[in-house]
Amino acid sequence: MKRLYLLLAAVFVILILLPLFLDNYALGIFVMIFFWAYVGQSWNVLTGYTGHISLGHALYIGIGAYATTFLAQTFGLTPWVGMFLGGVIAVAIALFLGFLGFRFGLRGVYFVIMTIAFAELTRLAVSHIEALGSFTGIFLDFNPSFYNFQFRGNIPYYYIALGYVVASLIAVRVLEVSKVGRFIVAIREDEEAAQALGVNTFKYNMIAIAISAFMTSLAGAFYANYIFYLHPNSLFGMSMSIELILRPIVGGLGTLFGPIIGSIILTPLSEISRAYFAKGGLEGLHLILYGVVAILVVLFMPKGIIVYVKRALNPIIKFSKET
Amino acid sequence: MDSDLALQLIIQGILLGGIYGLIALGLSLIFGVMGVINFAHGQMMVMAMYVSYWIFVLLGLDPYLSLVIVAAVIFVLGYLIQATVVNRILDYPEAMQVLPLVSMGLILENFALLLWGPDYRSPQTALGLETLWVGPVMIDVSRLIAFVLAILITVFIFIFLKKSNIGKCIRAASDNRTGAILVGINVNRIYNTSFALGAATTAAAGVLLLPLMPLSPHLGHDFTLTAFIVVILGGMGNLLGALVGGLILGVAESVSTLFLPATLKHAVSFSILIIIMLFRPQGLLGGKK
Repeated sequence: MKRLYLLLAAVFVILILLPLFLDNYALGIFVMIFFWAYVGQSWNVLTGYTGHISLGHALYIGIGAYATTFLAQTFGLTPWVGMFLGGVIAVAIALFLGFLGFRFGLRGVYFVIMTIAFAELTRLAVSHIEALGSFTGIFLDFNPSFYNFQFRGNIPYYYIALGYVVASLIAVRVLEVSKVGRFIVAIREDEEAAQALGVNTFKYNMIAIAISAFMTSLAGAFYANYIFYLHPNSLFGMSMSIELILRPIVGGLGTLFGPIIGSIILTPLSEISRAYFAKGGLEGLHLILYGVVAILVVLFMPKGIIVYVKRALNPIIKFSKET
Repeated sequence: MDSDLALQLIIQGILLGGIYGLIALGLSLIFGVMGVINFAHGQMMVMAMYVSYWIFVLLGLDPYLSLVIVAAVIFVLGYLIQATVVNRILDYPEAMQVLPLVSMGLILENFALLLWGPDYRSPQTALGLETLWVGPVMIDVSRLIAFVLAILITVFIFIFLKKSNIGKCIRAASDNRTGAILVGINVNRIYNTSFALGAATTAAAGVLLLPLMPLSPHLGHDFTLTAFIVVILGGMGNLLGALVGGLILGVAESVSTLFLPATLKHAVSFSILIIIMLFRPQGLLGGKK
């Protein structure tokens, strides 16, 4: 384990120094790698650790993005504060959804469809609210300053996104080894058995969904001030929800490093192929590619790529059997 | 409120609801037999619509006449999806079952986009704009035909599952997989057939819808969701429930246009979903399962 921390520290130092050597475009790809790793990690807290599948996590990104932007444009509130208010709204909605879903111990199908329904309902609602830009969406003005969470060039975004990832790693690691985390994993393995042993499954499911929603909504604030354009279909839509679950599943569901490994593999693939195919008029081909990769990974490496990464690193780090 | 208009909307809703029921029947069949939710359901339907559209444009064959051909094509597609992907994931945890089917939907949707572009297309079929007056109520002929055919196909599927040999095997495999294997049923092949049958059912529904709405590659996802809601409303795996749920949802969406902009009609179905999850999560006709 000690060697693992050393390796992580080395990687971290390299990542800190990396902007010295990379141009703006390459940094942009790293920003997206960090962004999707972070969002995947946030989703992983719910689905990876409790086993309750959310296909509507776009909802929380959208809430984070819209709340931050609305507060900034209407009240001049800095996104650094606004994002936490957005987080509170996201948690409130997540708890309502969780209450509906977990009350009967609904698993699988029903829960999935509830999550989709909530995201779609919000998408429709936002599309009809004038103050939130309705169908046309919101364009953000570009006023670079730290207060506005807006910057020239990719370097500040790079460090902020890296900060998101590191913070999420630490948060999820702390959760994983805590009592709460153990209970949550117990729920995933066998909800009824956990309940029989006295775990209040409802409570811990609610904790997991709240943490997950809160983390995801913080990513929305980043998205808004990095992309500068909010559109209900792209933020709350199903394609966003699918996009964000691909990486943790490909990397390794329910593992700490799965979302990061998945993002390192899939994000450059998606960024490059999107640009390449769109140029050739082959719009949509990159999504077909995505689908094929996802199916192949699930069929042939159901535990994710992390298994192979661990095997490759084993001579250096010597993982214990259990991790 | 104008009562003629309300009556008109209710009848329109019932007619559309029959088709919703047919789409959901396919989904319910697949879920009932294999316990898998087909997240590519609407996208398979859109594929069927495109096949039917091109048969109409290239060969001049009216959608109602090409229905059987299209259903056969999508039957094969469904069979292949089940045989290559779904059969391998049946024993996976649920989270891992979701992704391959979602991906399959993504592939089908973008395949349609790649081949036929994002434009909306509406075929000018022979009966497309015909209407019929019954007292104060105007009925689109193509809607009426679609409804009647949808009900006929639903009845046919029921009889097929009840009486035919394959239908009995399907029900056996759905009741008890191990038992079915023990009495010598090739369960994998029955699974393939069930998925294919569910796909063909939704394909038929797609063909019936073709004269009623403009076609685009991105339609599928909305119909997948509608089918889910119908199935939950009626009761998961309950085939009669699919029809009942379809009719209720059709009427609710149609009547809602009296009070709400048409773009919000899906909000009505989502609200119905949330209410049903609150008070009767097993569905209207669902027993214990």
